[in-house]
Amino acid sequence: MAAYLLKSKNLINHLKPRIGLFGSIVSDCSLSSCLTHYQKSKFDPNLRNPDEISRIKSTLFVPRRFESVRAEKQLSSHDVDDDEKENSQVLEFPIGKVTFSPEMKFEAESSEQCVPCYRILDDNGQPIAHSNFIELSEDVAVKMYINMLTLQIMDTTFYEAQRQGRISFYVTSTGEEAITVASAAALRIDDVIFPQYREPGVLLWRGFTLQQFTNQLFGNKDDYGKGRQMPVHIGTNKLNYFTVASTIATQIPHAVGAAYSLRMDKKNACAVTYFGDGGTSEGDFHAALNFAAVTESPVIFICRNNGWAISTPVSDQFRSDGVVVKGRAYGVRSIRVDGNDALAIYNAVSAARKMAIEEHKPVLLEALTYRVGHHTTSDDSTKYRPADEIEFWRTKRDPITRFRKWVQQNRWWSDEAESELRNNIRKQIVQAIQNAERLEKPSVTELFTDVYDALPLNLREQESSLRETVRRHPQDYPPDVPV
Amino acid sequence: MAATIQGIGATAYSVNSDRFQLPSLRSFSESKGRFFALRSEGKVIGGSRGRNVSPLVTNAVAAKGESATASTSAKPGFNVLFLLRHEVLLFEALREGLDEEMMRDPSVCVMGEDVGHYGGSYKVTKGLAEKYGDLRVLDTPIAENSFTGMGIGAAMTGLRPVIEGMNMGFLLLAFNQISNNCGMLHYTSGGQFKIPVVIRGPGGVGRQLGAEHSQRLESYFQSIPGIQMVACSTPYNAKGLMKAAIRCENPVILFEHVLLYNLKERIPDEEYVLSLEEAEMVRPGEHVTILTYSRMRYHVMQAAKTLVNKGYDPEVIDIRSLKPFDLYTIGNSVKKTHRVLIVEECMRTGGIGASLTAAITENFHDYLDAPIVCLSSQDVPTPYAGTLEEWTVVQPAQIVTAVEQLCK
Repeated sequence: MAAYLLKSKNLINHLKPRIGLFGSIVSDCSLSSCLTHYQKSKFDPNLRNPDEISRIKSTLFVPRRFESVRAEKQLSSHDVDDDEKENSQVLEFPIGKVTFSPEMKFEAESSEQCVPCYRILDDNGQPIAHSNFIELSEDVAVKMYINMLTLQIMDTTFYEAQRQGRISFYVTSTGEEAITVASAAALRIDDVIFPQYREPGVLLWRGFTLQQFTNQLFGNKDDYGKGRQMPVHIGTNKLNYFTVASTIATQIPHAVGAAYSLRMDKKNACAVTYFGDGGTSEGDFHAALNFAAVTESPVIFICRNNGWAISTPVSDQFRSDGVVVKGRAYGVRSIRVDGNDALAIYNAVSAARKMAIEEHKPVLLEALTYRVGHHTTSDDSTKYRPADEIEFWRTKRDPITRFRKWVQQNRWWSDEAESELRNNIRKQIVQAIQNAERLEKPSVTELFTDVYDALPLNLREQESSLRETVRRHPQDYPPDVPV
Repeated sequence: MAATIQGIGATAYSVNSDRFQLPSLRSFSESKGRFFALRSEGKVIGGSRGRNVSPLVTNAVAAKGESATASTSAKPGFNVLFLLRHEVLLFEALREGLDEEMMRDPSVCVMGEDVGHYGGSYKVTKGLAEKYGDLRVLDTPIAENSFTGMGIGAAMTGLRPVIEGMNMGFLLLAFNQISNNCGMLHYTSGGQFKIPVVIRGPGGVGRQLGAEHSQRLESYFQSIPGIQMVACSTPYNAKGLMKAAIRCENPVILFEHVLLYNLKERIPDEEYVLSLEEAEMVRPGEHVTILTYSRMRYHVMQAAKTLVNKGYDPEVIDIRSLKPFDLYTIGNSVKKTHRVLIVEECMRTGGIGASLTAAITENFHDYLDAPIVCLSSQDVPTPYAGTLEEWTVVQPAQIVTAVEQLCK
């Protein structure tokens, strides 16, 4: 027995070179070295005391004390001339090389500090000292500002129009104008966009006109969607903006697929997808991030963390430090940005785009912001959050005011330009509404087209059946829908 | 072994092997206003690639003197035809179709679990990753909804993905993407974005695969607007339908069956593409129309042998196109026989048979001499025990009894 014990130490040494093969044995290495010590010490003349023995027994699985430490060191000291590998105690598992530790340490569910948030302009629109950023040219900055302001006025006007019953539904982007406009400014037209539904700012930047917006809201015959989708659920292939579906987070895997397609075609472009904090709870978000990392696709995931998913606050949505930490979990590079700082968004998205395309890496960008408006016109957010909170963010943290201060400081904008623009936009929108209202709706044929590439027999039958019904009972059908 | 028995049935009655169609005859769009013109029975549709195309023989089967699986041939084949064909198993036929399309069109790609280096759980994609690279034959993590979504996104940006569900039942997880996005986005975008995906996988009741792996998804998917559904049943139509599905501009769901993968048949060397919307006349007859698809075709043909011995003359049609139904072929048959028996593997409630019954009754009521009989599986999850499982699927004996009752 004693001989065996003496030999067992050597056995372990012999086994050590085979660390790679016997992962399970090696993982017990600490255990077995404990065991060998125990067996050794059991017969150690110094430890005849049964209490001593039981003490050692109880410390079998607990890291080192006294003799055990010495013994362990003794063991490894014999390996001095062996491989570095043995000394640093590295294991090889399918996931790779892992150092092991005798200390049982749980990874904390969150770190002490939140991940810091990148911003360039302070609340007053002044660049923060030591901030490192790409300067915008006057043209880009002014265009950004004009689009942000247009979006704001558009939202106000159309929200009112919905309340007046002129359109059926609307989704505002109030408080989040900087995210969509500034990110679109940092992208190129070839970058394909997969939006959730609160991103008309991207379309505005890319040149979608107010008239086209209004046509889509009214679902008239000039709507590219032919009146089939809800208001603000826009899509236009001319601007590489993929049609919005109301389903949450389904567009995130689409973006990964599109990025995969861009990579196959070796295009100098990336896919960009937007979603809210609520969207990150959906399974599609997690799988898509995972896929993007595994397939090394050039995607930028932009999360508009605006604090609310209809009435669900983020504290009920997840318990992690926001969305930025989730990137790490999937092997995706991530950054947290002040979503109400247009300059910061512009810079971060520019950098992300470069990384995505050149390094074939997905990037996650969490833009912290606040949803100033209601979820949609079907929601009254004062029911679940205090009105003063909304007011605070609407006034004190308005991204447009902040950016204007910076632009005006550079003498690229003035109060006169401001009032002129406001009037202009308001007039344009009102005119657009009048035009859109006057236009006909899509004809009843469009109820059946585009379900397939060509009309199949059953749909043809159904269409003639419908026409027959309309012909027989014209008083039951709307007059402005051409048959 | 059951598969080979069915295999015998297949080759004995697969009358279609000689029906060629022009490779260019693809999607529905070419049949605009001429829906009824997509008929190929007995017609040679042009020669292709300068090869000698022999005149079609509608009932010719595999030529004599071939492998054991081609036992009861209807007529002796032409030696010329013999030379122009090669023998494949059904999963190889699917792979051939996929391979040819991938070679022809660089935008065709495959994505699914274990499709790459493993070659697919049913070996349909074996060898393709080595040939086309990891990017075109993509191994995905286990997230069906998401890789289906990925395929949809890729399709909207110009690729033609073939998405494999390891088992059709797993595609239940992809239902959201298939219904809400795949079927809808072409419509809701006003025709701006098209989604030419093929979603395929094995389904149906297998040999003791358990309830969750024995799903018949055609019944769940059939009401999704915007998609087409086809079910293959022989190596010949498997390859033809795979090619047609890939070339189709609409999203197509191709239903394969777990037990049919090892069917053997001699298929033409020449390239051919079948029509997605056409049914297949398996055995012309006079007394009763039996409509079936996928694996049940073989149970029907087995029953047909018994019926012929008893003096009946059943007309067997493999409907193949589950959405939309080929009401032209079916209608003509009903007008001839006036009796309809539907044999399916779906469950009774809400299955393909239920929809087909409704469609036939609505359109051909006046031609029916008897109510339509529909034989389906019971509304139960598929049990694991072999004996129970066998009785949850329609057996040839039941088919014979049903025909006898119908023809009384």
